[in-house]
Amino acid sequence: MAGAKGLVSGVIPFSSVDGPGNRFVLFLQGCNFDCIACHNPHTISPCNDCGLCAHVCPSGALSLEHGFVRWNDALCTSAELCIARCPYDATPKARWHTVDEIVADIRAHAPYLSGVTVSGGEATQQAAFVRALFEALRDDDTLGRLHRLVDSNGAAPQDVWDELADAMDGAAIDLKAFDDEVHRRMTGASNALVLRSIELLAARGSLHEVRLLLLPGVNDRLDDLARCGAWLHRVDPNLRVKVIGFRRHGVRPRAAQVDEPSAAEMGAYAEALRGIGLTNVELV
Amino acid sequence: MAQANVRDLARLVIDDPTLSYRQRVQRLAAVAEGALEGVSVGDACRVALEERVVCDMYEGQAPYRPRYLLPDYERALRQGSTYLELPPPGDLNEALWFLAAMYSQVPSITGYPVYLGDLDTVLAPYVEGWSADRIVDALRPFWRALDRTLPDAFVHANLGPHDTPFGRAVLRLERELQQVVPNLTLKVHPDLTPDDYLLDAVRTVFACAKPHFVNHPMMVGDLGERYGVVSCYNSLKIGGGAHTLVRLDLSAAARRHQGPTETFVDDTLARYVELTGELLEARIRHLVECARFYDHDWLAREGLISLERFSAMFGVFGLAEAVDLLMEHDGRAGRYGHDDGANALSYRIVEAVAARVAERPLPWCEGFGGRALLHAQSGIDSDVGVTAGTRVPIGTEPSLPRHLRTVAPHHRLFAAGVSDVLHFDDTARRNPRAVIDVIRGAFAQGMRDVTFNLDSNDFIRITGYLVRKSDLARIESGARHGSTFLGAGSEAEAHPSQRAPHRVVASERLAGS
Repeated sequence: MAGAKGLVSGVIPFSSVDGPGNRFVLFLQGCNFDCIACHNPHTISPCNDCGLCAHVCPSGALSLEHGFVRWNDALCTSAELCIARCPYDATPKARWHTVDEIVADIRAHAPYLSGVTVSGGEATQQAAFVRALFEALRDDDTLGRLHRLVDSNGAAPQDVWDELADAMDGAAIDLKAFDDEVHRRMTGASNALVLRSIELLAARGSLHEVRLLLLPGVNDRLDDLARCGAWLHRVDPNLRVKVIGFRRHGVRPRAAQVDEPSAAEMGAYAEALRGIGLTNVELV
Repeated sequence: MAQANVRDLARLVIDDPTLSYRQRVQRLAAVAEGALEGVSVGDACRVALEERVVCDMYEGQAPYRPRYLLPDYERALRQGSTYLELPPPGDLNEALWFLAAMYSQVPSITGYPVYLGDLDTVLAPYVEGWSADRIVDALRPFWRALDRTLPDAFVHANLGPHDTPFGRAVLRLERELQQVVPNLTLKVHPDLTPDDYLLDAVRTVFACAKPHFVNHPMMVGDLGERYGVVSCYNSLKIGGGAHTLVRLDLSAAARRHQGPTETFVDDTLARYVELTGELLEARIRHLVECARFYDHDWLAREGLISLERFSAMFGVFGLAEAVDLLMEHDGRAGRYGHDDGANALSYRIVEAVAARVAERPLPWCEGFGGRALLHAQSGIDSDVGVTAGTRVPIGTEPSLPRHLRTVAPHHRLFAAGVSDVLHFDDTARRNPRAVIDVIRGAFAQGMRDVTFNLDSNDFIRITGYLVRKSDLARIESGARHGSTFLGAGSEAEAHPSQRAPHRVVASERLAGS
């Protein structure tokens, strides 16, 4: 499966915010949610080759050839006007890469890494590729020591987690909202699958953490949070729960109206969760 | 220097309202030394010095004490001192007072000791079975006194590679006291230094930009088990040191080169390496043979330093500008740090310097096989438009992975130290494990020295030494730490505090010039 290909929107060779230690992060293109607070909205959709971006590229790195958008990375100055112009939440810069190519890139940085995180987009949308990549890492003499983490919105059925089970060390799951109505409003989808994923992964001992991204006035009602905390407590009272305050950086205009939570609000969120008995609540 | 000039200079020092009494005395001594004839060198060397292609670090015209010396404190405590009229100490309190007395009698180019010892090792016999809590309380007044009585950020203490309650206590005091002095180095061994100790050290970096980290096995390979890191990342032998430091401005050499890059290394560079060697030799001979420092100094008489463990430092700086200039000559666009061709050229230049320095015998340098130790010199306050050592210019540093890939291959060649200041953004505070990964990775990849800066504490590394931003802001009304003045000069010239990764280079220019 080393020849398997994934549609990659980008990599960050060193990241200190995507799991334990210094990590290589692979962002896969394409997401099954459409979250109001998405910080990487250009990773949601596949490019449809409309060509609008080619008109705004200041460096001539984008062109429309035979009906397909071509990106010449040698000319790209990362002005990112293409991403700003794209009406479809896509990027012309996502590319298909083989497992071997990604492994080679990871190998070049490996001495400095604790692990590899596959994020997105939604990593589980390309589960076969993720599995092939993680197996290649796991079975490698020098790279086998790297911790392998899937960063997911949790909207994946059990057979996806079954496929990944042997290859990954853990998954970090975003729970956008515990109340299904709020969840639908925020993401366009139900959270039923997400909650099932959390239960399943916790039972298997491979739930790395659950992240709660909180937006004032959207999903931060303290009674909802308390119900969420009680449910998480039933799953595992010692579960690492990361409370992340919404930041406007990178979001689309419709989310730019939402306030960022104050330190006091963040404190109240944590209090609500710890009050339930959750022992491992972190504020970010 | 004309007599009238001496008077003017002395007057300037005496009239400067921002200098303390002690700072004035030091500067007046330098003015007096500057009035003497310089050491004797040939015309070509003199011109190179005047044009500052070769730079004597403003150490003074007539060297009368070594630039850096690293007394064997362990031995001093064991045997006591006739000169200090002190018996071997019997407990920690006596040992601390012994050291305090000794520090006041240890010279260096700055007038203060640049090395306080590997204190976890030196003081181990006095804290056997003690908890870190108990050591913190016993050590606190001493640690405060270091900062107040040795007001110079080139004063440097060492810890590691083993995890000890003493080392833990020092890290805790550093976080608590937030002092400029002492500068601190942690020796890191891949197996002997546990992650948990490194974690404590990294948290200390977040609080006060200390310690600096060094690759212990690599240092031991070059200098033996008994080495110390002093001043701005100078690694030297304990019981020895460096007579002097002369540095070569690679960018100035490149500017003077006529013809293709192909001939730079064997022609212009070779010539300036030899002229640097000539000045080193003249300065070493003056110190050893004329000033006869090692014949009369008490540290030598009591066996706490020995001439056989000394060498001298051959410094280089301005590599980035030299490479960019030579690339331009060749009509190539690449820049150091951003282009593989430019980086390859940088390795060729440094390897050529190292090979020639290794071939150039120097007198009184038995401490390193009769040769100078190569050092990537981290700059002085008067450097304008020239980048420290082998660093990538401030503000143009590439991403961390590329930065590491660029500079790592240089490190093995600089036995006397090389510093690259790496930048982490504030998110690393929540994930110190990521910083440990970079430290361990850097050492595994052959780096020798690693220092970090974060935006969010009161300290910046100017050239290697630390300055408190809050002191810098008050510089016009004077500063208790002599090095803060140097920081003010560097900040005015190079804006190191505004660099993408913060901080830069350093050195010990005193009253100078």
